[in-house]
Amino acid sequence: MVAPNYELIAQDGLETSLLEVSMGPHHPSTHGVFRMDVKLDGETVVDLKPVFGYLHRNHEKLAENMSYLANMPFTDRLDYFNSMTNNWAYALAAEGLVEIEVPERAEYLRVIMAELTRLVNHVSLVGFFVNDLGALGTPLMYAFREREKILDLFEEASGARMMCNYFRFGGLRCDVPAGWLDRAREVVDQFPEFLDEYEKLLCENEIILSRTQGIGTLSRELAINAGITGPMLRASGVAYDLRKVDAYGIYDRFQFRVPYGEVGDCYDRFMVRMLEMRESVQILRQALDGIPEGEIMGKAPRVFKPKPAEVYGRVEGPKGELGFYLIADGTPKPYRYRVRPPSLINLTVLRDMCLGQKIADAVVILGSIDIVLGEVDR
Amino acid sequence: MSFLGGGIFSGMAVTLRNFVGSYFDPDRLTTNDYSWRPEGQLPQSAGEYPREEGEQLSDTTTVTNYSRNFPMLLHDGGDNPMDAIRCVACQICERECPPQCIYIEKDYDENGKFIKRPAVFDIDISVCMGCQICVEVCPFDSIVMNSQFELSTPNRFDGLLLHRGDLLKSNDYYHRIHPEEAKARDQRMAVEKAAKEAKKKAAAEAAKKKAEEKARAEAEAKAQEETGDKEEEAQ
Repeated sequence: MVAPNYELIAQDGLETSLLEVSMGPHHPSTHGVFRMDVKLDGETVVDLKPVFGYLHRNHEKLAENMSYLANMPFTDRLDYFNSMTNNWAYALAAEGLVEIEVPERAEYLRVIMAELTRLVNHVSLVGFFVNDLGALGTPLMYAFREREKILDLFEEASGARMMCNYFRFGGLRCDVPAGWLDRAREVVDQFPEFLDEYEKLLCENEIILSRTQGIGTLSRELAINAGITGPMLRASGVAYDLRKVDAYGIYDRFQFRVPYGEVGDCYDRFMVRMLEMRESVQILRQALDGIPEGEIMGKAPRVFKPKPAEVYGRVEGPKGELGFYLIADGTPKPYRYRVRPPSLINLTVLRDMCLGQKIADAVVILGSIDIVLGEVDR
Repeated sequence: MSFLGGGIFSGMAVTLRNFVGSYFDPDRLTTNDYSWRPEGQLPQSAGEYPREEGEQLSDTTTVTNYSRNFPMLLHDGGDNPMDAIRCVACQICERECPPQCIYIEKDYDENGKFIKRPAVFDIDISVCMGCQICVEVCPFDSIVMNSQFELSTPNRFDGLLLHRGDLLKSNDYYHRIHPEEAKARDQRMAVEKAAKEAKKKAAAEAAKKKAEEKARAEAEAKAQEETGDKEEEAQ
């Protein structure tokens, strides 16, 4: 959609002009320090400029000056909701450089951790999304109550709730403690019950329906051309999931479906995430049933010093395709390190989705993209 | 529900169920309940926070068995921890630390000879991110993660810079805060030590054997020489 040229419009003899509003960088709806320079005609958005970079911390250059392993804790801090999947993508990239075989148990635990992370991310995204709609508190508190149960599991396994730093090249840092799998199964088993309740709370709500349906539509073509990935792409009607396409790790062993939407509006993006949580629970059940005993660390070299090569490792993160591109030059430090952040690339279509919408809906549209500024700015 | 607003009413029913249910089922509470934690692992007066002025938490206060926040240095000694400090000031952790928050100086005796321990070992916990890389790279099992969380201080410079004395903790303390991890670590260390000693013994024996063989060979050569001489004489 092209913005019409509203420089100065005379209507009925009244001189009207556009209003420029700077939303953010400190605005509750922007999920961090992110600014939207919005041009308004009354309440309608006629132009929008996303401004980011306030949280830039030199992540990529930093990694080029330290060893491969030392960068692992920094990947936690990209998208601080999903440290486990961030770790996995980076580990996958580094494992591609030296070709370490990952033991069976570690692969299963990786899948379990990644799917638990997906639950954490989607459940809090839905909470924040309805928070942006104006449902202050209640749904978000219920979401965080469930999230906390999973974070307790993460803390037991890795020592930290959010900055897990749990994956290593060739496996995992340590095995899960005794009884952890039973506790994980308990959490997973009661999760669908919570989802039923949550759907009853939100999905029939007329206010949510009227404020999300037909709002911020992203067409299939634009989604593909702009390189959108993850639930946002699937909401636009493209059933593309790296877990199916790449089948990295051991995802080819699990039975699960890929939910996708039809219209590509905010409602579809919200529902795709609700449905994805159910599929994650399916994967988790299969993984918890099938996990074998054994080693959790492959034969990794003591000093990680890969031969000159370049590699791209990617996973289906909860927000989209998270990729790490590494160039090794034979030293213990990467020569070049680059992150493909799903949050940033999904954010690029914000203007196209917001044009012609109301200013209040711009907040909802931004919430439905699911960004974390730690990953957008890096 | 089919009438307009029915979705809102059914949502309200869920809210009501959670509100009433939270009085009977702790799983429905939206606040975290720490009362299930085992004795000695919860803030001692969790109910009355903030505590009275000057009241200190005991050493064993942690959140869970598995949590980590900042590193500490282990020693095996009792009264004088510096005699039995495990750290040998090899500076591997200082080099590997991602945010570069460790500072180590080696210790020397009067003659300028390096004694294997740190003279200065500082960790700036305002920089440390608790990533545990130092624990993993330490070849001497001397640095492990603490889980003491009462570290607030009115001074953000000196107060957050932990020196050697603040960081030194006994192995018994480590066993108290992370029982499983400490046990596993001790077992692994014992195995490694045994293997090292066995290797040393084997090396010593091999050296002894080699020396014996050498001596025997020399003796034989000498004997041969002597017999050769005798033969020559006989001829």
